[in-house]
Amino acid sequence: MKRDRTPQTLVLILAAILAVGPFAPQWTVFLLTVALAKGLVVLGLMILLRCGLVSFGQALYYCIGAYAAGMLGRLFQVSGVFTLMLAGMVAAGVAGFVFGFLLARYRSIFFGLLSLAISMILYGLLVKTEALGSSDGFNLLPSTLAGIRPADAWVRYMVLAVAAAVAFVAALLVHRYLKTPLGRLAPAIKDNEIRVEYMGASARHAIHVKYVIAAALAGLGGALAATTVGHIDPEMAYWTTSGEFIFITILAGTGNVIAPFLGALIFGIIQTVAFDISPNTWQMVLGSSLLVVILFLPNGLWSLFTRRKAS
Amino acid sequence: MEQFIAVLIDGIIYSAWLFVAAIGLTLIYGVMKIVNVAHGSFYALGAYAAASITGALLAHGMPPYLSYAVLLGSALLVTVIVAPLIERGILRFMYAKDEVVILLITYALFLIFEDVIKLIWGVNPYFVAEPYGLLGSFDIGDLTYPYYNLILVGVAIVCGAGLYWMLKHTRTGKLLVAVIHDTEVSRAMGINVDRLYLITFTFGSLLAAIGGAYTAPTISVVPGLGVEVIVLSFAVVVIGGLGSLPGAALGAVIVGLVRSATVHYLPEAELFVIYLVMAMVLAFRPRGLFSIAEARKI
Repeated sequence: MKRDRTPQTLVLILAAILAVGPFAPQWTVFLLTVALAKGLVVLGLMILLRCGLVSFGQALYYCIGAYAAGMLGRLFQVSGVFTLMLAGMVAAGVAGFVFGFLLARYRSIFFGLLSLAISMILYGLLVKTEALGSSDGFNLLPSTLAGIRPADAWVRYMVLAVAAAVAFVAALLVHRYLKTPLGRLAPAIKDNEIRVEYMGASARHAIHVKYVIAAALAGLGGALAATTVGHIDPEMAYWTTSGEFIFITILAGTGNVIAPFLGALIFGIIQTVAFDISPNTWQMVLGSSLLVVILFLPNGLWSLFTRRKAS
Repeated sequence: MEQFIAVLIDGIIYSAWLFVAAIGLTLIYGVMKIVNVAHGSFYALGAYAAASITGALLAHGMPPYLSYAVLLGSALLVTVIVAPLIERGILRFMYAKDEVVILLITYALFLIFEDVIKLIWGVNPYFVAEPYGLLGSFDIGDLTYPYYNLILVGVAIVCGAGLYWMLKHTRTGKLLVAVIHDTEVSRAMGINVDRLYLITFTFGSLLAAIGGAYTAPTISVVPGLGVEVIVLSFAVVVIGGLGSLPGAALGAVIVGLVRSATVHYLPEAELFVIYLVMAMVLAFRPRGLFSIAEARKI
């Protein structure tokens, strides 16, 4: 068996981000932070996709996380980055735990459609809630770290550093989780659920656990995106947001915990570059790349790495 | 009382619109087992084609009453060109893949269409209000309704009844029913399933385009038009049961009435109530109201 170098690679990536961050131009720092936020959501989707489930409503937890962070600032003037992210994660995790009882019974297309319906309920609620700015949403307080508000030039780096650290821990934990018996059950559930139950394992329980993890990660990503962008609106729960996350998941592949972050970064780059060159065709570029990946790299971009190693 | 009548009429008009938009989706799912996200794109294509062609012809002095036929013709024209291209060019290579993967492929197509539409028609809105205003309006109590709304209801009835008649009484329809029941056996019996897939996809997309074409006079046709239609028609067909024709009708009526009732009595709940109904139906009858039990495969 090949030696697993994922933890070392993660440490290297974290060190690189922290070292290069202060010298990178502001827009790349922003791009990277948003990619980390989306990568966290996709990390959760990857866990679900490994057992064959595609959630077309992950934007629900992304939005819950973002609004939890936003409300905390609005109601209690909390602006600490860690507190906000923790709040987002816990809020989404609890919601995921509750909805998980229902959704863990669903498979394939019906899982996707029900999660879509639930996320659209939240969208419909938020759009009509004037206290939370209806469809305009609202702005967040400027973020602080341990009660200190850094100089303007450093705010983005600070958020990036926090994001990188959090994503590092999340990726490491998920990497370990995938090696536990419960984590290893995923491909088995995808292949044949009834045989999983003959072995004495409960597919429903395993999926419920995965669903809560995915929801918590999405909430974490949502809170992080909210602090990075400084603004939240109901569009975060709309089905196109979920579509974007699925897009990145397929683009990245499920081979490794680094893949979601890489996928999110590539997605961000495609989006920025394509939008820059021709604002009316960037969706076309995205759609075509999705088609190409599905056709020629069914296991995502990550399979490029593993294929080379195998040969 | 007045308001109740208004709820009822608005509900019926909205249901008719939903039904036309969603019926093609359920047909395509029933036959091909594809949850087609690009369905909304055909709706948008129909609306754009209808608005631009009808608008251009009216500007060149076409008698205004012909515009109702031109709306239909534009929808037909755009689908007959685009739908076979998509089915033969892309989708037919994907049938072996998982349902969820095909859904993602149609999502990719949807993204591509969004921009193709912008490239062809630009980003400025199109208006073609003549067919809407032409017929005048009628009064019920204090409420005024344009006669054009009756055309929408008529289109819905013709589409639904026509599809039902086709499935029950034509040779192609009966073959389709066989394919819906079992694709493999149909193929073994010598039915040309590929040809039927092509017909189904074109016809299903045509229904979406007709929905868009007849809605075009009532709205301003702008980019992003199909985005909301997709989730709404998903809601309609999921409530009724994916692949069921009476189900789509029932789903459309339920969503239509529920929405118009909330618009009148509780406007804050307008949007979310539709998805609440969808989630409730999925929670208690995962396969929709009109559904057949399916054996669990080992």
